[in-house]
Amino acid sequence: MIRFERVSKRYPNGREALTHVSFRVEAGEMVFLTGRSGAGKSTVLKLIALLERPTRGTVTVNGKSTGSLKARHIPAFRRQIGVVFQDHKLLADRPVFDNVALPLVVAGAPLKEADRRVRAALDQVGLLGKERLLPAELSVGEQQRVGIARAVVSKPPLIIADEPTGNLDPDLSLEVMRLFRRFSDVGVTVLVATHDQHIVRDLAKREIVLASGEIQDLSQADGNGGSADSLPHVVATR
Amino acid sequence: MRPGVFGARHVQALLGSCGRLARNPLATALTLLVIGLALALPAALGLFVIDAQAATGGFGNAVDMSVYLKSGVSVAKAQQLAASARGRPGVAEVTVIPADEGLRQFRKYSGFGAALDALESNPLPNVLHVVPRAGASGAAELESLRRYFAAWPEVDIVQLDTEWVQRFNAILALLRRLVLIAAVLLGAGVLAVVGNTIRLEILHRRAEIEVTKLVGGSNAFVRRPFLYTGLLYGVGGALLASAILEAAVLVLDPSVATLAQLYGSRYALRGPSGQVLAAVFGGGMALGWLGAWISAHRHLRSIDPGA
Repeated sequence: MIRFERVSKRYPNGREALTHVSFRVEAGEMVFLTGRSGAGKSTVLKLIALLERPTRGTVTVNGKSTGSLKARHIPAFRRQIGVVFQDHKLLADRPVFDNVALPLVVAGAPLKEADRRVRAALDQVGLLGKERLLPAELSVGEQQRVGIARAVVSKPPLIIADEPTGNLDPDLSLEVMRLFRRFSDVGVTVLVATHDQHIVRDLAKREIVLASGEIQDLSQADGNGGSADSLPHVVATR
Repeated sequence: MRPGVFGARHVQALLGSCGRLARNPLATALTLLVIGLALALPAALGLFVIDAQAATGGFGNAVDMSVYLKSGVSVAKAQQLAASARGRPGVAEVTVIPADEGLRQFRKYSGFGAALDALESNPLPNVLHVVPRAGASGAAELESLRRYFAAWPEVDIVQLDTEWVQRFNAILALLRRLVLIAAVLLGAGVLAVVGNTIRLEILHRRAEIEVTKLVGGSNAFVRRPFLYTGLLYGVGGALLASAILEAAVLVLDPSVATLAQLYGSRYALRGPSGQVLAAVFGGGMALGWLGAWISAHRHLRSIDPGA
């Protein structure tokens, strides 16, 4: 589903965010991307969502190399990725329903189907009945779940999340992560960037560790991530 | 994409733009006022030119010439001169108006009948009425024709009857240029106003645009509501401009009618014709749409770093 091959990213200001990073995430897998802040987690996610392009190396998502993708194909590319942000990036002046429906609206889904799917997504995150509220009327945890509902509403094969629990207390964090695990259980590929080691340990999924722009460790967590054992090891070299 | 969905998206974008304009009534009204005035000004000038042309149209092209012969020249001699004048290129028609006929006409139209009866003899000379060919009524050709007649020993004076019409037509031509210049300048102003308004709105809705692009909204999708906003500004401005024109005509009409009557002219202000209204609406919509497109194209691109 995701393949990084000797990917380097240097920003216009000269900062090298990633150096020769290679890893793979298989379809249906749930993987944690960890490391201190500034280690390059966000850059990895931006490269996947095509918010940035790699300076060197190739990033392949769902069989498509992002380096050569033409600008006019980017929207369709992004529609197969659900993105969850730490600050959830909800539109403050739109009710919950409109926020969740946005990916369906841009994809041109018929109104009736959109209505059904928005309710289904809100049901999955436990917010059914709050469609007409504004984001500000919800708690922080609820806002984050609205963001997750928006990411999954169009049933993308891949969900990426950038510190989705950054603003949540431990109980809420675990709740949100279990939500992600449920999506992974039904075959969605999930990549979660986090620095919360408790959570990573609790969910017992594979972990990719970034340290100053390089892959440092690729621990193979056991548990239900059995398929991960067959993955080729990734070696990061400078 | 199915046509129904496509249409629904456009309706959605249009309604969204309407709603946003309605939520900021003051700002919208000010923008519309600026656009309306910018459209009304060249349209008003254009109306004036069209009306003036209509008032003078009947004789605008009839540039003719009266050749007054000396008083001793006989009618027979006048006929002879007329025959030779007809042979000259550039001359379409020469009519001899004998002195008697001239007097009869003068008596009829001038209202000096009684006074003329007191005269012992006819003071009028025989006259040749010369109509130049349509292609030879330019200033230079007319001047050479005038010299041709003036050189004859039998000729007293050559008078170009319609010099003032030519002057007037020249003034009209100048005014038409002015209309064009005003339209171009003010049109550029409309582009700038719409473009800047759209730019501000894009900046204001930056977060929304970012998220929309992030979930896979295409440039066309993101741009669409802004284009409709530009189009609505154009339509609204055109409506306002036509209202301004109608109101101006209404206010000016009585005074113009009085003035025209005093000059014995048929000049009358008519409200904006269908053609002028079509130009105002067409221009307004095109400029609104174009201004929005330029602005959206420039500024939306910068919001998506990945593209």
